[in-house]
Amino acid sequence: MMDAPDAVFWDRPAPVGHLLLDQLPSYQSLLYRRKSSVRRRGSGWGSGRSRQLSVSSGKWAEQTHSGEELRPVRELPKNMQDKRREKQQRLQQGGALTGWGLWRLNVHRSLKRLKEDGVDLLSALQLWRTDIHLIEGMFGTGILSYFSFLRFLVLLNFIMFLLMFVFVMLPVILTSHTSHNITYSSTNVSECSVYPASSRQGLVAFHEHITDLLSGTGFLERTYLFYGYYNLEFIHSHFTYNLPLAYLLATVSYLLLSLVWIVKRSASGFKRKLIQDEDRFQSFCNKIFAGWDFCITNENAARLKRSSLLYEMKTDLEEERIKRRMANRTRGERCRIYVLRAGLNLFVMAVLVTCFYCIYVATVFSQRKQVEGAKSAFLQELVVEYLPSIVITLANFITPLIFSLIITFEDYSPAFEIRFTLMRCVFMRLASIGVLLFSLWVQITFCGSSECPCGYNHEIYPCWETHVGQEMYKLVIFDFLIIAAVTVFVEFPRKIIVNHCDHGLVRWWGQQEFAVPQNVLEIVYGQTICWIGTFYCPLLPAINTVKYVLVFYLKKVSLVTNCRPATRPFRASSSHFFFLVVLLIGLALASVPVTVSIAEIQASRACGPFVSYSTSWQVVPRGITQLPPGLRSFLLALASEAFAVSFFVITCLGMFYVIALAGAHKRVIEQLRDQLAMEGRDKRFLIQKLYQAQQASFGRSADSKGLRRNRADTGLCLVEPSVVLETQA
Amino acid sequence: MGGTASKLPKDLLSEYQELTFLTKQEILLAHKRFSELQGRENGPYSSRVSMEKVLTLPELKSNPFRKRICHVFSTSDLRDGSLTFEDFLDLLSAFSDSATLEIKSHYAFRIFDFDDDGTLDARDLEKLVNCLTGETDDTRLTVEEMRQLISNILEESDIDKDGTVNLSEFQHVISRSPDFVSSFKIVL
Repeated sequence: MMDAPDAVFWDRPAPVGHLLLDQLPSYQSLLYRRKSSVRRRGSGWGSGRSRQLSVSSGKWAEQTHSGEELRPVRELPKNMQDKRREKQQRLQQGGALTGWGLWRLNVHRSLKRLKEDGVDLLSALQLWRTDIHLIEGMFGTGILSYFSFLRFLVLLNFIMFLLMFVFVMLPVILTSHTSHNITYSSTNVSECSVYPASSRQGLVAFHEHITDLLSGTGFLERTYLFYGYYNLEFIHSHFTYNLPLAYLLATVSYLLLSLVWIVKRSASGFKRKLIQDEDRFQSFCNKIFAGWDFCITNENAARLKRSSLLYEMKTDLEEERIKRRMANRTRGERCRIYVLRAGLNLFVMAVLVTCFYCIYVATVFSQRKQVEGAKSAFLQELVVEYLPSIVITLANFITPLIFSLIITFEDYSPAFEIRFTLMRCVFMRLASIGVLLFSLWVQITFCGSSECPCGYNHEIYPCWETHVGQEMYKLVIFDFLIIAAVTVFVEFPRKIIVNHCDHGLVRWWGQQEFAVPQNVLEIVYGQTICWIGTFYCPLLPAINTVKYVLVFYLKKVSLVTNCRPATRPFRASSSHFFFLVVLLIGLALASVPVTVSIAEIQASRACGPFVSYSTSWQVVPRGITQLPPGLRSFLLALASEAFAVSFFVITCLGMFYVIALAGAHKRVIEQLRDQLAMEGRDKRFLIQKLYQAQQASFGRSADSKGLRRNRADTGLCLVEPSVVLETQA
Repeated sequence: MGGTASKLPKDLLSEYQELTFLTKQEILLAHKRFSELQGRENGPYSSRVSMEKVLTLPELKSNPFRKRICHVFSTSDLRDGSLTFEDFLDLLSAFSDSATLEIKSHYAFRIFDFDDDGTLDARDLEKLVNCLTGETDDTRLTVEEMRQLISNILEESDIDKDGTVNLSEFQHVISRSPDFVSSFKIVL
C-alpha cells in the first residue's frame, strides 16, 4: 500500500506539473510530442499548465535519441513524415555508398522483401483464415483461441496420418499391386495362431452392415483399418524393408512429434506464465490495459464485451475482498473449513470410484455379450457394443454438475474454484479412458483359473490388438455422434424456444453460452483416444482429422446462430496455456497404455506384424543385431547404464544451475525495484528542499528588488505552489 | 464512392512497406478502403478525411477508444482528429500483427493518456475504466470499487510510487501482460 506522502497524489486531483521536474533528463527522454507543435503551443494552451522548455531541453532530447539509430526506421514511434525524414537523415549520414556497399544493401533489401512475401503467402494459405477472423470479430479472442486450437489439432492429426500412411500403409499397398518378394510373419506356436474368419456368413441383413460399420467388426475387421491386416514381415526389393520395425518406429515418432510440437507451441505462453506474479490469478493491469479486444467489429459484441468486462472487474474486486476476509479467519473457522474440505474431497473420490466401477462393469458386460455372439435386435446389439462409450459419456456429463455443486461448499476464492473444478473434470475425462483400457486388459489376459498359454486369452481374442482398435474406433465415432447430436438436438431447439417462448423458466435457462473449457475438454478427450488408438488402428488419425473438420464447421455454425459470449470470459492467454497443458496431460496419459502394451503384453500370434516376436518391442533389439558392428556398439553404449546415469546427473546439474540463476535474478529485480522507489522519494525530497530554498531566497530578493517572479533564462523556474509536498519524516 | 480505384505508384508502395509493418496486400486494401472513405478516386495522398468519416469504419465504429485513436494518429494542425492516408497507414501499422511490442505499448500509452500530459494519473485511469465498462450510470463501478481498482493498478504498475504511470512503467507492465499483443490488433 502507498504511504502518507504518496497518498497526497491521488486523493486530490493530479498535481500540477512542477516546472523543475519537467526539465529533468528522465522526463525529457520520455517526451513524445512533436517539436513543432510544442513550439506553437509553448506559451500556455489553456489547460492551466504552462510548460516552458528551457533551452537545454533540446540537447537532452537529442542525446537520448541517439540510441535509436540502431533500430530500423519502422520501429520508431513517429508519424510517417518524421520516419521519412529520419530515413533521409540516416542515408545522408551513411554517406555515399560505394558500388559494393550499395549492391549489398540492395540485395539485403530485396531478400527481406522476398522473405516478407513468402510469409505473406504462407499466412494466406492458413486453413480457415476468414472463418476465424469472422469469429474473432464477433466474439473476441477468448473463443477464438478454441478455434485456433482446433485448427492446430487438425494439422497435427493430418501429419500423424501422413506418417503412418507413408511408413506403414504405403508399403503394404504397393506390395499388393506389384510383385515383390514378401516374407509373411509366421510363428511355430500353432494353437495360438488360429484366426477364425470374423466376417458374417450367409445372408447378411442390412442393419448388420450398419452395425459392422459403426463398430468396426465384420467386413471392416480385416482391412487396412486395423492392426491385424498388416501381417507382412519383410519386403524385399532393392533393400529389405522391415515392416514391424517401421510400424513400431512410426508409433514412437508420432508420440514424440506431438510432444515436441505441443511443447514448442506452449513455450512462449509458459515463459510469460513464469514471469507473471504467482499469487494473482489475473493481474488487474492485464485486465484494464489489455482488456479491450480491438478486433471486435460487431456492435452487439462490443456491448456484450463491455458488460462482461464490468462483470469481470466487479468479480475480481469482490474476490480481493473475499481473500482479505479469508486471511482474517480465526483458527476455529479454519479448522472447520479444512474438515469440511477433507470430507467433500472424500465424497468426490467416492463419486469417481463409483463412476470407474460402472465403466468397468459395463466394459466387462459388453465384452461378454459380444463374445457370446447371440443374435439380437439391431438396436440392442448396437447398445451392447457401445455400452462403455455410453457409460463414459454419461459419467462425463453428470460429474461436472456434481463438482460445480460441491465446490460452492468448499469456500475457495472464485478464481480458484473455476480452476479446481476444471482440473477435476480433466482428471475424470482422461481417467475414464484409462479405466476402460484397464478393464479391457483384464478381460484379455483372463483365462479362467489357469495361466494363459499364449500370454493372452487366444480363444476369445485371437487378435486382441484389433479388438482394442475396434473399441477405440467405437469411442471416436460415438464421441462425434454425441457432439453432433447435442449441437443439433439441444442447441438449436434451445435457441428457438428461448426466442419464442417467454416463460420464466425458459428465461432463466437462457441462451446458450459457448463454454470454452468444456468444449476444449471434449476435443482433448478425442485426441487422447486417437493417440492411444493409432497403434491399433492406423487409419484413426485420418478419421480424427475428418471428425475435427466437421466439428469445426458444426461449432462455428452453432456459435454464430445460437450462442452469446459467456458472461465470465475465458482469457485468451491463460486459456491457450491451459489448453496446451491439458493436451500434454492427455499425451502423457496416452503414452502409458501404448508403452505398456508395446513393452509388456504379448503380441498376438494370429495376426499383425509382430507375430514372430514375444513382445512388440523385441523387434528393436533384433533389428539392432542386424546393424553394422560400429553402429551397433554405439547404440548399445547409448542404452547402457553408465551412459544413462551420467546423462541423468548432468541434466540434474544443469537444472539446478538454471534454477539458482532464476532465483538470483529475482532477488536482483526486487532490489532494483526497491532502489527505484527510494530514488523517486529522494527526488521528491530534494525538489521540496529546493522549492523551500527558492521561496526563502526569492522572499529575500523580492524585498530588495521588488520582483516576485524569475524567468526561465536563469535556468530555474518557480514552482507553482498549488500542492505542497509532504516530505518523509 | 469512386468508380475505378486508383493505383498506388510502385515506389510509394515499396516505401510504405519499408516504413510500416504492413504487407503489400494490407497497404493496397487500406488504400482501397481509404479511397472509399474519401469518396473520390484520385485523391492526393495528403488530403484529409474528417474524424466523423473515419469513425464510420466498422473496425472503429464499436471501439470505445475510437476518438482517442484518431487524435493520437492525426497529424493535423487543428487537432481535429482528421487523418491523411499516411496517418491511416501509421494507425494500421501500429495495430498490425507484426508490429513490435514497443510500438504497440507506446501508442497504447498515448491512447490511454486522455489529458495528453505524458503520464497516466488517477483521472486518466478512471476515464479508461469508464470507457471499458460503458458510459451510462448503471454500467459504471461504484466510487468505492473505482478507488479499489485504481489503487490496485497503481500498486502493480507504479514503480517509483509517484502516483502516476509514466511511459516506461507502462511499457514494463505491458511486457508482462500476456493478453496485450493479441487484443491490441486491428485487421481490415
